[in-house]
Amino acid sequence: MDFATVIQILDSALRLMVPLLLACLAGLYSERAGVFDIGLEGKMLMAAFCAASVAYATGNAWLGLLAGIAGAVALAVVHGLASITFRGNQLISGVAINFLASGLTVLLGQKIFGLGGRTPSLEGAARFTEITLPFADALRGVPVLGRIYADLISGHSVLVYLALATVPLTWWVLYRTRFGLRLRAVGENPASVDTAGVSVTRLRYAAVLICGLLCGIAGTYLATAISAGFVKEMTAGRGFIALAALIFAKWRPWGALGACLLFGLLEAIANRFPNLDLGFVTVPSMFMNALPYILTVIILAGFVGRAIPPRAGGEPYVKER
Amino acid sequence: MSLMKSLLAGAALTLMPLAAFADPALIFDLGGKFDKSFNEAAYQGAERWKAETGGSYKELEMQSEAMREQALRRLAETGANPIVMTGFAFGEVLDKVAPDYPDTKFVIIDTSVDKPNVQSVEFSEEQGSYLAGVLAAEASKSGTVGFVGGMDIPLIHKFECGYAQGFKATKPDGKLIINYTGTTPAAWNDPVKGGELVKAQVSQGADVIYAAAGATGIGVLQAAADAKILSIGVDSNQNHLHPGQVLTSMVKGVDNSVYEAFKAGADVKPGHKLMDLASGGVSVAMDDNNKPLITPEMADSVAKAETGIKDGAIKVHDYMTDNTCPVK
Repeated sequence: MDFATVIQILDSALRLMVPLLLACLAGLYSERAGVFDIGLEGKMLMAAFCAASVAYATGNAWLGLLAGIAGAVALAVVHGLASITFRGNQLISGVAINFLASGLTVLLGQKIFGLGGRTPSLEGAARFTEITLPFADALRGVPVLGRIYADLISGHSVLVYLALATVPLTWWVLYRTRFGLRLRAVGENPASVDTAGVSVTRLRYAAVLICGLLCGIAGTYLATAISAGFVKEMTAGRGFIALAALIFAKWRPWGALGACLLFGLLEAIANRFPNLDLGFVTVPSMFMNALPYILTVIILAGFVGRAIPPRAGGEPYVKER
Repeated sequence: MSLMKSLLAGAALTLMPLAAFADPALIFDLGGKFDKSFNEAAYQGAERWKAETGGSYKELEMQSEAMREQALRRLAETGANPIVMTGFAFGEVLDKVAPDYPDTKFVIIDTSVDKPNVQSVEFSEEQGSYLAGVLAAEASKSGTVGFVGGMDIPLIHKFECGYAQGFKATKPDGKLIINYTGTTPAAWNDPVKGGELVKAQVSQGADVIYAAAGATGIGVLQAAADAKILSIGVDSNQNHLHPGQVLTSMVKGVDNSVYEAFKAGADVKPGHKLMDLASGGVSVAMDDNNKPLITPEMADSVAKAETGIKDGAIKVHDYMTDNTCPVK
């Protein structure tokens, strides 16, 4: 395997990682605040549909992004209402959101475009195109580093860089701001936050809305950057892999980056080498595709460190009277 | 008792004409009615019948694996006749359901079911794919071509194997890169992964890529057009999706099969029906969209291969007969 192949695989891993990373961070905010969210998949799907529809209608990818975020946030509000205000079961609300998004996108798509839930293909400014960073072509000649800069770091859509920037931002928000401290506290011990005179409800809503925002970007990326248009069920389980990555990362932002990069890398390797020949054994791509789940189960079983979820996760907070 | 009998007979008589003029029904598989491919071709056949006869038909789109049996029974009980279903996945279910409705005719496309009231329509995809392989070999400048399959099942290997044979027959030392999208039905609806597979193949030098992957193929064709290489569509004529960038499409006459079944109505002949190159069941699409891409030499080679297959000089191996492919 030569250097160029390594670069190509890493490049592919980066592209595949982005939707997982955004969804994973989305889940991180929500679950750190004590609201479990298995509706990441549905929110991404809804965002992908809204983004593709609006981008097609207006010919502007940025308006598509806004619409995608709006679509995901709308579902996030539903999740918030069900699980925070009405203290419903968070898992059931998440499942309901997945079903709702799966059906609603196809129904609306068929009603609007008449293509069986597909949106028409996007062209030109309706898509987020790959941008070349400054000096990329000039530096390509520099050995190793030049290639890494020109072929790996440069040449992605703006959403990729946005996703990467979200990781340090999330770390800073969670660990260096008052809001972050309260957010983490509300997921561990909401009663103490309440005693301190801070509204549990408001904090949890904020977390759920941020979750919607990030899912919106993830879905938009799927429909308008990495492909050109919406196809029904196009998220293809990425929301669930993101949840697995969240557990793998033990609910920490840098860990999320590592876990998503690993999962993206596994998929990229499986794409490049459908039957990976390691000399003594041939690994089929099915195994590579299943590996994220296998690794998550291993982590959950406690073989490699312990993954401890936020203590108050999954439980609606009832104020004492 | 005899009164009862005559009453029943009378009831049966009044019901008879209803059954005879029952609407036909069409069931689409999981890929969805508008997949720009297999199911859409079936839909078009049904629409053509509707436009010509002014009749109406029932239709149902599968949403999950669990729906199949229920859908079949429901349509059979409402008196629809014949019931046409698209997709190999109905095989097992139909095998179970067909004997329960002996007066209803079923038509299944893409697999065979041995029952007295079932017509099984199968296509020689390997022959059409062989022609696509010949074209790919001629159009490729790098000598490397790609194949992106949907779900990893024998039927798609049949496409792959025919394509490989046509390619290797034309370019014996050429390289063929093969990828499958996945092993679950989600593999039919993942344009993101399809596009990523194209990028991986392009980085290995592929400059013509054949997609046999349902709606995932939309992503494959898109990524190929973005990378400025050629792609080959499948099932329906997909040349118009990216004019001048889709080399050709391996077209299955699914529309004709549905049309003919609907036209025959309740008199559909049970048994096996093989739609091959000679009977016009499969072909490679040539139209205004890909005209600039097809050189006279390419048209020549395809015509030669076509006559070769028709008169038996070229034998294209069918993967599904023994689950192996003679070329790698």
